[in-house]
Amino acid sequence: MSAKKLQTPSQTIGPYFAYGLTPGQYGYNFPGIVDGMMVDKNDEGNVVQIIGTVYDAEGKSVDDAMLELWQNDGERRLFGRYGTGTDEGNKFSFTTVKPKSVDGQAPFINVIIFMRGQLLHSYTRIYFEDEETLNATDETLNSIPEDRRKTIIAKKEDGRYVFDIYMQGNHETVFFQL
Amino acid sequence: MSEMAQQGFDMEVQPSYLDKGYKSTLLRAPSRALVLPKKSLSESTGPLFKDFEIGALDHDLTKNAIKVAEPLGERIVVHGTVTNEKGQPLPHTLIEIWQANSAGRYVHKVDQHDAPLDPNFLGTGRCMTDANGKYRFYTIKPGAYPWGNHYNAWRPAHIHLSLFGGDISSRLITQMYFPNDPLCKYDPIFNAVPTKGRDLLVSTFDLDHTEPSFALGYRFDIVLRGENATPFENL
Ligand SMILES: [Fe+2]
Repeated sequence: MSAKKLQTPSQTIGPYFAYGLTPGQYGYNFPGIVDGMMVDKNDEGNVVQIIGTVYDAEGKSVDDAMLELWQNDGERRLFGRYGTGTDEGNKFSFTTVKPKSVDGQAPFINVIIFMRGQLLHSYTRIYFEDEETLNATDETLNSIPEDRRKTIIAKKEDGRYVFDIYMQGNHETVFFQL
Repeated sequence: MSEMAQQGFDMEVQPSYLDKGYKSTLLRAPSRALVLPKKSLSESTGPLFKDFEIGALDHDLTKNAIKVAEPLGERIVVHGTVTNEKGQPLPHTLIEIWQANSAGRYVHKVDQHDAPLDPNFLGTGRCMTDANGKYRFYTIKPGAYPWGNHYNAWRPAHIHLSLFGGDISSRLITQMYFPNDPLCKYDPIFNAVPTKGRDLLVSTFDLDHTEPSFALGYRFDIVLRGENATPFENL
């Protein structure tokens, strides 16, 4: 065996990350690296908003999760971060542009979820309801049983995409092994 | 073996989502099998902070929130190397830091532990690895603090660290502990890591990096998932 190094184990983000990782959003006096606004003025017209709630196994909204969004379609590489402890209903909110299709796959955004009670972060993807054609032929989506596929397809409501995340239960979101 | 490295979390050293000892996992751990997606460009890349402008005092938590005087507690300097699983150093890697003060109290408004806040200590900062993957930051040794997991539960002293590697699968949030802390063996979060991985979370005292009449040195090396050593060229 080669000199393979053991991975540093993951540990929970815990409940007190906000002043370090999302300080601007939470009103702490420290400049953050990024927030939920993933675009700039030049993106006007193509901008979409994605909101949602994270639910625990008892259906309670989680008020101390942190989400990171990452998208790369070869043209735009966008990253955002948002905590669920400031908005009404413990919602998260990202403003971005919808990525383009890569290699004929349905467009999606990667999501990394951290929270107290998670020793390892979770990965999921946001697909889009109004991409029926590409969604229908997408290899990853088709590898997921049909009744679970909808858990990772954002719904369009009032001009915004809504993407709720269920950690457990009947609607448990599809999480990925990356 | 190299396939293992690219296959994901090494469960011989990584905690599971569900851990009976750490009660909050019961309602928050995914319960169904994870799905292996067809990977795309978005998975083989990640956000880059190479050009992020680190503030002049971001790496010095003993100074970055001073209002009238130096913060109370034991000054320490934490350093180490960030590598991939092949041991190759990862340059220009962003490390975000947050922690409790020397009394075991976080600035976060949700923290209601009855221990004093320190007006001169915020407890957050960041640093970047250099061209050789080395990093260093100054802080105050954090105190232990109680939590509600079970009767008389105390978290061992720890520093929270958040890192970005070359792609999103190498993302890491972890906690660094201190040598010979008697609380570790009672801590469900530390013990959620398999025995083989626990030592990897404990820093070592480092006299060579101890700064005379100023700060005690601790070494904490970090290994990010994957074998990608040149994350900044893969875009
Ligand atoms: Fe903590």
